[in-house]
Amino acid sequence: MGETRKIALTVNGKRYEEEVEVRVTLADFVRHQLGLTGTHLGCEHGVCGACTILLDGLSARSCLMLAVQADGHDILTVEGIAPSADELHPLQQAFHENHGLQCGFCTPGMLTTLIEFLRDNPDPTEQEVRIAISGNLCRCTGYQNIVISALDAAKRLRGAATKPA
Amino acid sequence: MKPPPFSYHDPRTVGEAVGLLGSLEDAKLLAGGQSLMPMLNFRFVQPDHIIDLNRVEGLSYIREAGNALEIGAMTRQRDLEFSDVARARWPIMHEALLQVGHRQTRNRGTIGGSLCHLDPSAELVSLATGYDATVTVAGPNGQREVRFADFPVAYMTPAIELNELVTAVRFPQWAQKHGYAFVEFARRHGDFAITSAAVLLEGDGAGKITRASVTIGGMGTAPSRAREVEQAVIGQVPAGNLFREACESCRKLEAIDDVHAPASYRQHLATVMSRRALEKAYARLTGSEAGQARPH
Repeated sequence: MGETRKIALTVNGKRYEEEVEVRVTLADFVRHQLGLTGTHLGCEHGVCGACTILLDGLSARSCLMLAVQADGHDILTVEGIAPSADELHPLQQAFHENHGLQCGFCTPGMLTTLIEFLRDNPDPTEQEVRIAISGNLCRCTGYQNIVISALDAAKRLRGAATKPA
Repeated sequence: MKPPPFSYHDPRTVGEAVGLLGSLEDAKLLAGGQSLMPMLNFRFVQPDHIIDLNRVEGLSYIREAGNALEIGAMTRQRDLEFSDVARARWPIMHEALLQVGHRQTRNRGTIGGSLCHLDPSAELVSLATGYDATVTVAGPNGQREVRFADFPVAYMTPAIELNELVTAVRFPQWAQKHGYAFVEFARRHGDFAITSAAVLLEGDGAGKITRASVTIGGMGTAPSRAREVEQAVIGQVPAGNLFREACESCRKLEAIDDVHAPASYRQHLATVMSRRALEKAYARLTGSEAGQARPH
Protein backbone atom coordinates (compact mmCIF):
# COMPACT_ATOMS: atom_id res chain seq x y z
CA MET A 1 0.00 0.00 0.00
CA GLY A 2 1.27 3.44 -0.94
CA GLU A 3 0.80 6.74 0.83
CA THR A 4 -2.39 6.90 2.89
CA ARG A 5 -4.49 9.56 4.59
CA LYS A 6 -7.20 9.53 7.18
CA ILE A 7 -10.46 11.02 5.90
CA ALA A 8 -13.85 11.72 7.48
CA LEU A 9 -16.93 12.04 5.33
CA THR A 10 -20.66 11.42 5.27
CA VAL A 11 -22.07 8.87 2.84
CA ASN A 12 -25.85 8.47 2.61
CA GLY A 13 -26.24 10.20 5.96
CA LYS A 14 -23.76 7.92 7.72
CA ARG A 15 -20.47 9.23 9.09
CA TYR A 16 -17.30 7.35 8.11
CA GLU A 17 -13.70 7.77 9.27
CA GLU A 18 -11.38 5.77 7.07
CA GLU A 19 -7.72 5.37 6.23
CA VAL A 20 -7.46 5.56 2.46
CA GLU A 21 -4.68 5.22 -0.08
CA VAL A 22 -4.28 8.67 -1.70
CA ARG A 23 -4.37 7.34 -5.25
CA VAL A 24 -7.71 5.55 -4.80
CA THR A 25 -10.63 7.07 -6.69
CA LEU A 26 -13.82 7.95 -4.84
CA ALA A 27 -15.60 5.28 -6.91
CA ASP A 28 -13.26 2.49 -5.80
CA PHE A 29 -13.38 3.79 -2.22
CA VAL A 30 -17.18 3.59 -1.94
CA ARG A 31 -17.29 0.21 -3.67
CA HIS A 32 -14.34 -1.61 -2.13
CA GLN A 33 -13.76 0.09 1.20
CA LEU A 34 -17.33 0.98 2.16
CA GLY A 35 -18.89 -1.99 0.34
CA LEU A 36 -21.42 0.23 -1.45
CA THR A 37 -21.32 -1.60 -4.77
CA GLY A 38 -24.42 0.10 -6.14
CA THR A 39 -22.13 2.69 -7.73
CA HIS A 40 -21.03 1.09 -11.00
CA LEU A 41 -17.81 1.57 -12.90
CA GLY A 42 -18.07 1.36 -16.68
CA CYS A 43 -15.35 3.28 -18.45
CA GLU A 44 -13.30 4.66 -15.53
CA HIS A 45 -12.40 7.76 -17.52
CA GLY A 46 -15.43 9.99 -17.21
CA VAL A 47 -17.40 9.09 -20.31
CA CYS A 48 -20.14 6.59 -19.35
CA GLY A 49 -21.65 8.27 -16.27
CA ALA A 50 -22.38 4.97 -14.47
CA CYS A 51 -20.35 6.05 -11.41
CA THR A 52 -22.23 9.37 -10.93
CA ILE A 53 -22.67 10.29 -7.26
CA LEU A 54 -23.82 13.53 -5.62
CA LEU A 55 -21.11 15.53 -3.88
CA ASP A 56 -22.70 18.08 -1.55
CA GLY A 57 -25.84 17.72 -3.66
CA LEU A 58 -24.16 18.17 -7.05
CA SER A 59 -23.57 15.33 -9.50
CA ALA A 60 -20.01 14.27 -10.15
CA ARG A 61 -18.24 11.36 -11.76
CA SER A 62 -16.74 9.44 -8.86
CA CYS A 63 -14.10 7.86 -11.12
CA LEU A 64 -12.71 11.37 -11.71
CA MET A 65 -12.23 12.21 -8.03
CA LEU A 66 -9.82 10.93 -5.46
CA ALA A 67 -11.30 9.63 -2.22
CA VAL A 68 -9.04 12.04 -0.28
CA GLN A 69 -10.78 14.92 -2.05
CA ALA A 70 -14.08 13.86 -0.45
CA ASP A 71 -12.67 14.50 3.05
CA GLY A 72 -15.18 16.67 4.91
CA HIS A 73 -17.84 16.36 2.20
CA ASP A 74 -21.30 14.82 1.97
CA ILE A 75 -21.81 12.03 -0.58
CA LEU A 76 -25.01 10.46 -1.85
CA THR A 77 -24.83 7.16 -3.72
CA VAL A 78 -27.66 5.17 -5.27
CA GLU A 79 -28.03 3.26 -1.97
CA GLY A 80 -29.05 6.50 -0.27
CA ILE A 81 -31.90 7.45 -2.60
CA ALA A 82 -34.75 5.30 -1.24
CA PRO A 83 -36.47 6.60 1.93
CA SER A 84 -36.30 3.16 3.60
CA ALA A 85 -35.31 -0.45 3.00
CA ASP A 86 -38.79 -1.42 1.80
CA GLU A 87 -39.89 1.75 0.04
CA LEU A 88 -38.65 3.06 -3.32
CA HIS A 89 -38.05 6.72 -4.12
CA PRO A 90 -40.66 8.02 -6.63
CA LEU A 91 -37.91 8.15 -9.27
CA GLN A 92 -37.04 4.49 -8.64
CA GLN A 93 -40.73 3.56 -8.67
CA ALA A 94 -41.13 5.31 -12.02
CA PHE A 95 -38.15 3.39 -13.47
CA HIS A 96 -39.65 0.15 -12.11
CA GLU A 97 -43.09 0.74 -13.62
CA ASN A 98 -41.94 2.11 -16.99
CA HIS A 99 -39.29 -0.52 -17.74
CA GLY A 100 -36.65 2.19 -17.30
CA LEU A 101 -33.91 -0.41 -16.98
CA GLN A 102 -33.01 -3.67 -18.61
CA CYS A 103 -29.59 -4.89 -17.45
CA GLY A 104 -29.41 -2.16 -14.81
CA PHE A 105 -25.77 -1.26 -15.26
CA CYS A 106 -26.33 2.40 -16.09
CA THR A 107 -29.22 2.77 -13.62
CA PRO A 108 -27.28 4.05 -10.57
CA GLY A 109 -25.82 6.86 -12.66
CA MET A 110 -29.15 7.61 -14.31
CA LEU A 111 -30.88 7.85 -10.93
CA THR A 112 -28.28 10.07 -9.24
CA THR A 113 -28.11 12.32 -12.31
CA LEU A 114 -31.91 12.63 -12.43
CA ILE A 115 -32.24 13.25 -8.66
CA GLU A 116 -30.17 16.42 -9.15
CA PHE A 117 -31.87 17.32 -12.43
CA LEU A 118 -35.46 16.97 -11.19
CA ARG A 119 -34.60 18.92 -8.05
CA ASP A 120 -33.35 21.82 -10.21
CA ASN A 121 -35.96 21.44 -12.94
CA PRO A 122 -39.17 19.86 -11.56
CA ASP A 123 -41.17 20.25 -14.79
CA PRO A 124 -38.79 19.43 -17.64
CA THR A 125 -39.48 18.93 -21.32
CA GLU A 126 -38.53 15.68 -23.01
CA GLN A 127 -35.66 17.49 -24.75
CA GLU A 128 -34.34 18.77 -21.41
CA VAL A 129 -34.41 15.24 -20.00
CA ARG A 130 -32.49 13.95 -23.01
CA ILE A 131 -29.82 16.63 -22.53
CA ALA A 132 -29.68 15.91 -18.77
CA ILE A 133 -28.84 12.23 -19.38
CA SER A 134 -26.57 12.90 -22.37
CA GLY A 135 -23.58 12.13 -20.16
CA ASN A 136 -24.93 8.70 -19.17
CA LEU A 137 -24.55 5.81 -21.57
CA CYS A 138 -27.16 3.04 -21.70
CA ARG A 139 -26.56 0.14 -24.09
CA CYS A 140 -29.90 -1.68 -23.59
CA THR A 141 -33.02 0.41 -23.83
CA GLY A 142 -32.19 3.05 -26.37
CA TYR A 143 -33.09 5.62 -23.72
CA GLN A 144 -36.79 5.76 -24.64
CA ASN A 145 -38.06 4.19 -21.42
CA ILE A 146 -35.51 6.06 -19.32
CA VAL A 147 -36.88 9.34 -20.68
CA ILE A 148 -40.45 8.16 -20.07
CA SER A 149 -39.49 7.15 -16.50
CA ALA A 150 -37.88 10.54 -15.84
CA LEU A 151 -40.93 12.44 -17.08
CA ASP A 152 -43.23 10.17 -15.05
CA ALA A 153 -41.05 10.68 -11.96
CA ALA A 154 -41.23 14.44 -12.45
CA LYS A 155 -45.01 14.20 -12.44
CA ARG A 156 -45.00 12.00 -9.30
CA LEU A 157 -42.60 14.33 -7.48
CA ARG A 158 -44.64 17.42 -8.39
CA GLY A 159 -47.76 15.63 -7.13
CA ALA A 160 -46.02 14.74 -3.87
CA ALA A 161 -44.87 18.33 -3.45
CA THR A 162 -48.36 19.80 -3.84
CA LYS A 163 -50.16 17.14 -1.77
CA PRO A 164 -51.46 18.58 1.53
CA ALA A 165 -49.47 17.32 4.48
CA MET B 1 -7.73 1.17 -14.31
CA LYS B 2 -6.17 2.79 -11.26
CA PRO B 3 -4.00 5.88 -10.94
CA PRO B 4 -0.32 5.03 -10.39
CA PRO B 5 1.16 5.69 -6.93
CA PHE B 6 1.99 9.32 -6.13
CA SER B 7 2.43 11.60 -3.14
CA TYR B 8 -0.54 13.84 -2.47
CA HIS B 9 -0.33 17.48 -1.40
CA ASP B 10 -3.25 19.79 -0.68
CA PRO B 11 -1.94 23.32 -0.07
CA ARG B 12 -4.24 26.00 1.39
CA THR B 13 -2.69 29.09 -0.23
CA VAL B 14 -1.29 30.05 -3.63
CA GLY B 15 2.05 30.68 -1.90
CA GLU B 16 2.13 27.14 -0.53
CA ALA B 17 1.23 25.74 -3.95
CA VAL B 18 4.01 27.73 -5.64
CA GLY B 19 6.43 26.60 -2.91
CA LEU B 20 5.52 22.95 -3.55
CA LEU B 21 5.89 23.39 -7.32
CA GLY B 22 9.37 24.82 -6.76
CA SER B 23 10.54 22.12 -4.37
CA LEU B 24 9.01 18.94 -5.81
CA GLU B 25 10.29 17.10 -8.85
CA ASP B 26 7.75 15.84 -11.37
CA ALA B 27 4.61 17.35 -9.85
CA LYS B 28 1.23 17.82 -11.54
CA LEU B 29 -1.44 20.31 -10.52
CA LEU B 30 -4.91 18.85 -10.00
CA ALA B 31 -7.78 21.29 -10.61
CA GLY B 32 -11.26 19.93 -11.43
CA GLY B 33 -9.83 16.60 -12.52
CA GLN B 34 -11.96 16.20 -15.63
CA SER B 35 -8.89 15.80 -17.86
CA LEU B 36 -6.05 14.88 -15.49
CA MET B 37 -7.97 12.13 -13.68
CA PRO B 38 -8.70 10.16 -16.90
CA MET B 39 -5.02 10.58 -17.85
CA LEU B 40 -4.02 9.22 -14.43
CA ASN B 41 -6.51 6.35 -14.66
CA PHE B 42 -5.08 5.43 -18.08
CA ARG B 43 -1.56 6.04 -16.71
CA PHE B 44 -0.86 8.36 -19.64
CA VAL B 45 0.79 10.47 -16.94
CA GLN B 46 2.58 9.05 -13.91
CA PRO B 47 3.69 12.01 -11.81
CA ASP B 48 5.56 11.52 -8.54
CA HIS B 49 3.48 14.24 -6.89
CA ILE B 50 -0.07 15.53 -7.19
CA ILE B 51 -0.68 19.06 -5.92
CA ASP B 52 -4.43 19.37 -5.41
CA LEU B 53 -5.66 22.97 -5.78
CA ASN B 54 -9.18 22.27 -4.54
CA ARG B 55 -8.46 23.47 -1.01
CA VAL B 56 -6.53 26.61 -1.99
CA GLU B 57 -8.35 29.68 -0.68
CA GLY B 58 -9.38 32.56 -2.89
CA LEU B 59 -9.19 31.00 -6.35
CA SER B 60 -12.93 30.65 -6.93
CA TYR B 61 -14.74 33.88 -7.78
CA ILE B 62 -16.46 35.74 -10.62
CA ARG B 63 -16.37 39.53 -10.49
CA GLU B 64 -16.41 42.60 -12.69
CA ALA B 65 -13.04 44.33 -12.52
CA GLY B 66 -12.88 47.54 -14.49
CA ASN B 67 -14.21 46.72 -17.92
CA ALA B 68 -13.46 43.04 -17.62
CA LEU B 69 -14.89 39.87 -16.14
CA GLU B 70 -12.31 38.40 -13.78
CA ILE B 71 -12.63 34.71 -13.03
CA GLY B 72 -10.61 32.82 -10.44
CA ALA B 73 -8.80 29.82 -11.90
CA MET B 74 -10.61 27.30 -9.68
CA THR B 75 -14.07 28.63 -10.52
CA ARG B 76 -16.22 25.68 -11.58
CA GLN B 77 -17.68 25.73 -15.08
CA ARG B 78 -21.03 25.31 -13.35
CA ASP B 79 -20.63 28.59 -11.45
CA LEU B 80 -19.82 30.39 -14.69
CA GLU B 81 -22.82 28.78 -16.39
CA PHE B 82 -25.16 30.10 -13.67
CA SER B 83 -23.45 33.47 -13.15
CA ASP B 84 -25.85 36.40 -13.66
CA VAL B 85 -22.92 38.79 -14.12
CA ALA B 86 -21.42 36.66 -16.87
CA ARG B 87 -24.76 36.10 -18.54
CA ALA B 88 -25.61 39.81 -18.63
CA ARG B 89 -22.46 41.14 -20.26
CA TRP B 90 -20.59 38.04 -21.54
CA PRO B 91 -23.56 36.01 -22.86
CA ILE B 92 -21.47 33.91 -25.26
CA MET B 93 -20.04 32.15 -22.19
CA HIS B 94 -23.37 30.59 -21.31
CA GLU B 95 -23.92 29.47 -24.89
CA ALA B 96 -20.44 27.94 -25.05
CA LEU B 97 -20.61 26.33 -21.60
CA LEU B 98 -23.76 24.41 -22.45
CA GLN B 99 -21.58 22.62 -25.00
CA VAL B 100 -18.79 21.86 -22.51
CA GLY B 101 -19.20 18.24 -21.42
CA HIS B 102 -22.21 17.50 -19.24
CA ARG B 103 -23.74 18.66 -15.97
CA GLN B 104 -21.63 16.11 -14.04
CA THR B 105 -18.37 17.34 -15.57
CA ARG B 106 -19.23 21.07 -15.38
CA ASN B 107 -19.97 20.66 -11.66
CA ARG B 108 -16.29 19.78 -11.16
CA GLY B 109 -14.39 21.16 -14.15
CA THR B 110 -12.71 24.55 -13.71
CA ILE B 111 -11.90 27.37 -16.09
CA GLY B 112 -8.22 27.37 -15.10
CA GLY B 113 -7.98 23.64 -15.65
CA SER B 114 -9.53 23.89 -19.09
CA LEU B 115 -7.27 26.76 -20.17
CA CYS B 116 -4.11 25.00 -18.93
CA HIS B 117 -5.07 21.63 -20.41
CA LEU B 118 -5.39 23.66 -23.64
CA ASP B 119 -7.23 21.17 -25.78
CA PRO B 120 -7.46 22.73 -29.27
CA SER B 121 -11.18 21.96 -29.36
CA ALA B 122 -12.03 23.26 -25.87
CA GLU B 123 -14.80 25.85 -25.88
CA LEU B 124 -13.31 27.94 -23.05
CA VAL B 125 -9.95 28.10 -24.83
CA SER B 126 -11.73 29.42 -27.92
CA LEU B 127 -13.48 32.10 -25.85
CA ALA B 128 -10.21 33.21 -24.25
CA THR B 129 -8.74 33.47 -27.76
CA GLY B 130 -11.72 35.38 -29.14
CA TYR B 131 -11.79 37.86 -26.25
CA ASP B 132 -7.99 38.39 -26.14
CA ALA B 133 -8.22 37.36 -22.50
CA THR B 134 -5.40 37.99 -20.04
CA VAL B 135 -4.15 35.19 -17.82
CA THR B 136 -2.67 35.91 -14.38
CA VAL B 137 0.14 33.57 -13.47
CA ALA B 138 1.68 33.24 -9.99
CA GLY B 139 5.25 32.07 -9.47
CA PRO B 140 8.16 32.38 -7.04
CA ASN B 141 8.74 36.00 -8.09
CA GLY B 142 5.12 37.08 -7.71
CA GLN B 143 2.52 37.54 -10.40
CA ARG B 144 2.76 38.18 -14.10
CA GLU B 145 0.21 38.55 -16.84
CA VAL B 146 0.12 36.71 -20.13
CA ARG B 147 -1.96 37.78 -23.11
CA PHE B 148 -3.93 34.80 -24.31
CA ALA B 149 -2.53 35.25 -27.82
CA ASP B 150 0.85 34.30 -26.30
CA PHE B 151 -0.54 31.58 -24.02
CA PRO B 152 -0.40 28.50 -26.28
CA VAL B 153 3.22 27.78 -27.19
CA ALA B 154 2.64 24.34 -28.72
CA TYR B 155 0.01 21.61 -28.86
CA MET B 156 -1.61 21.48 -25.39
CA THR B 157 1.31 23.43 -23.94
CA PRO B 158 0.63 26.73 -22.15
CA ALA B 159 3.23 29.47 -21.61
CA ILE B 160 3.66 28.78 -17.91
CA GLU B 161 6.80 27.56 -16.22
CA LEU B 162 7.00 24.40 -14.12
CA ASN B 163 7.05 26.48 -10.92
CA GLU B 164 4.06 28.63 -11.88
CA LEU B 165 0.29 28.28 -11.78
CA VAL B 166 -2.62 30.19 -13.29
CA THR B 167 -4.64 32.07 -10.67
CA ALA B 168 -7.14 34.06 -12.75
CA VAL B 169 -8.26 35.05 -16.23
CA ARG B 170 -9.81 38.32 -17.39
CA PHE B 171 -12.24 38.67 -20.30
CA PRO B 172 -12.59 42.26 -21.58
CA GLN B 173 -16.08 43.61 -22.07
CA TRP B 174 -17.69 44.25 -25.45
CA ALA B 175 -20.33 46.93 -26.04
CA GLN B 176 -23.54 46.50 -24.04
CA LYS B 177 -25.28 45.70 -27.31
CA HIS B 178 -23.14 43.23 -29.20
CA GLY B 179 -23.77 40.14 -31.24
CA TYR B 180 -22.40 36.77 -30.20
CA ALA B 181 -22.63 33.12 -31.12
CA PHE B 182 -20.84 29.90 -30.31
CA VAL B 183 -21.47 27.17 -32.87
CA GLU B 184 -19.79 23.80 -33.02
CA PHE B 185 -19.97 20.44 -34.71
CA ALA B 186 -19.44 17.42 -32.46
CA ARG B 187 -20.42 13.81 -33.04
CA ARG B 188 -22.33 13.58 -29.75
CA HIS B 189 -23.75 16.22 -27.43
CA GLY B 190 -21.07 17.23 -24.93
CA ASP B 191 -18.13 15.85 -26.88
CA PHE B 192 -15.20 18.04 -27.76
CA ALA B 193 -16.01 19.79 -31.03
CA ILE B 194 -14.41 18.59 -34.24
CA THR B 195 -14.56 22.23 -35.35
CA SER B 196 -16.14 25.25 -33.66
CA ALA B 197 -16.63 28.95 -34.31
CA ALA B 198 -16.95 31.70 -31.72
CA VAL B 199 -18.07 35.11 -33.00
CA LEU B 200 -18.40 38.53 -31.36
CA LEU B 201 -19.70 41.54 -33.31
CA GLU B 202 -20.21 45.24 -32.62
CA GLY B 203 -22.17 47.55 -34.92
CA ASP B 204 -22.90 51.22 -35.57
CA GLY B 205 -26.61 50.85 -34.85
CA ALA B 206 -27.48 51.15 -38.53
CA GLY B 207 -26.50 47.63 -39.55
CA LYS B 208 -22.81 48.18 -40.23
CA ILE B 209 -20.34 45.87 -38.48
CA THR B 210 -17.67 47.96 -36.76
CA ARG B 211 -15.78 45.31 -34.82
CA ALA B 212 -15.50 41.54 -35.19
CA SER B 213 -13.81 38.62 -33.49
CA VAL B 214 -14.00 35.24 -35.23
CA THR B 215 -12.25 32.26 -33.58
CA ILE B 216 -12.01 28.81 -35.07
CA GLY B 217 -11.40 25.91 -32.68
CA GLY B 218 -10.43 22.30 -33.32
CA MET B 219 -8.40 23.06 -36.43
CA GLY B 220 -4.78 23.58 -35.54
CA THR B 221 -2.70 23.07 -32.41
CA ALA B 222 -4.76 25.74 -30.63
CA PRO B 223 -7.86 27.80 -31.51
CA SER B 224 -6.98 30.78 -33.67
CA ARG B 225 -8.54 33.97 -34.94
CA ALA B 226 -9.76 33.94 -38.54
CA ARG B 227 -8.34 37.39 -39.31
CA GLU B 228 -9.27 37.31 -42.97
CA VAL B 229 -12.91 36.70 -42.09
CA GLU B 230 -12.84 39.50 -39.51
CA GLN B 231 -11.37 41.94 -42.04
CA ALA B 232 -13.89 40.93 -44.68
CA VAL B 233 -16.90 41.77 -42.51
CA ILE B 234 -15.69 44.87 -40.63
CA GLY B 235 -17.08 48.03 -42.22
CA GLN B 236 -19.76 46.09 -44.07
CA VAL B 237 -23.54 46.06 -43.91
CA PRO B 238 -24.08 42.33 -44.51
CA ALA B 239 -26.11 41.57 -47.62
CA GLY B 240 -26.25 38.81 -50.17
CA ASN B 241 -23.42 36.34 -49.82
CA LEU B 242 -21.11 38.49 -47.68
CA PHE B 243 -20.77 35.99 -44.84
CA ARG B 244 -20.60 32.97 -47.13
CA GLU B 245 -17.84 34.52 -49.22
CA ALA B 246 -15.97 35.90 -46.20
CA CYS B 247 -15.90 32.46 -44.57
CA GLU B 248 -14.42 30.76 -47.62
CA SER B 249 -10.99 31.95 -46.42
CA CYS B 250 -11.26 29.40 -43.58
CA ARG B 251 -10.33 26.73 -46.13
CA LYS B 252 -6.80 28.14 -46.04
CA LEU B 253 -6.44 27.73 -42.27
CA GLU B 254 -4.07 25.08 -41.08
CA ALA B 255 -5.89 21.97 -39.89
CA ILE B 256 -4.90 18.68 -38.30
CA ASP B 257 -5.62 15.24 -39.72
CA ASP B 258 -6.63 12.69 -37.13
CA VAL B 259 -8.90 9.76 -36.37
CA HIS B 260 -11.91 12.08 -35.98
CA ALA B 261 -11.65 13.89 -39.31
CA PRO B 262 -9.26 14.69 -42.17
CA ALA B 263 -7.92 18.24 -42.47
CA SER B 264 -10.00 19.01 -45.55
CA TYR B 265 -13.19 18.13 -43.67
CA ARG B 266 -12.23 20.39 -40.77
CA GLN B 267 -11.53 23.22 -43.22
CA HIS B 268 -14.93 22.71 -44.78
CA LEU B 269 -16.57 22.65 -41.34
CA ALA B 270 -14.77 25.88 -40.46
CA THR B 271 -16.42 27.67 -43.37
CA VAL B 272 -19.84 26.37 -42.31
CA MET B 273 -19.47 26.92 -38.55
CA SER B 274 -18.08 30.45 -38.98
CA ARG B 275 -20.89 31.41 -41.39
CA ARG B 276 -23.58 30.08 -39.07
CA ALA B 277 -22.00 31.83 -36.10
CA LEU B 278 -21.75 35.12 -38.02
CA GLU B 279 -25.40 34.90 -39.08
CA LYS B 280 -26.55 34.14 -35.55
CA ALA B 281 -24.37 36.83 -34.00
CA TYR B 282 -25.47 39.43 -36.54
CA ALA B 283 -29.14 38.60 -35.95
CA ARG B 284 -28.57 39.16 -32.25
CA LEU B 285 -26.66 42.39 -32.87
CA THR B 286 -29.43 43.87 -34.96
CA GLY B 287 -32.26 42.35 -32.94
CA SER B 288 -33.67 40.43 -35.89
CA GLU B 289 -33.98 36.74 -35.31
CA ALA B 290 -34.57 36.17 -39.02
CA GLY B 291 -30.89 35.46 -39.57
CA GLN B 292 -31.21 32.41 -37.34
CA ALA B 293 -34.00 30.94 -39.39
CA ARG B 294 -32.16 31.12 -42.68
CA PRO B 295 -31.49 27.74 -44.24
CA HIS B 296 -27.90 26.56 -43.91
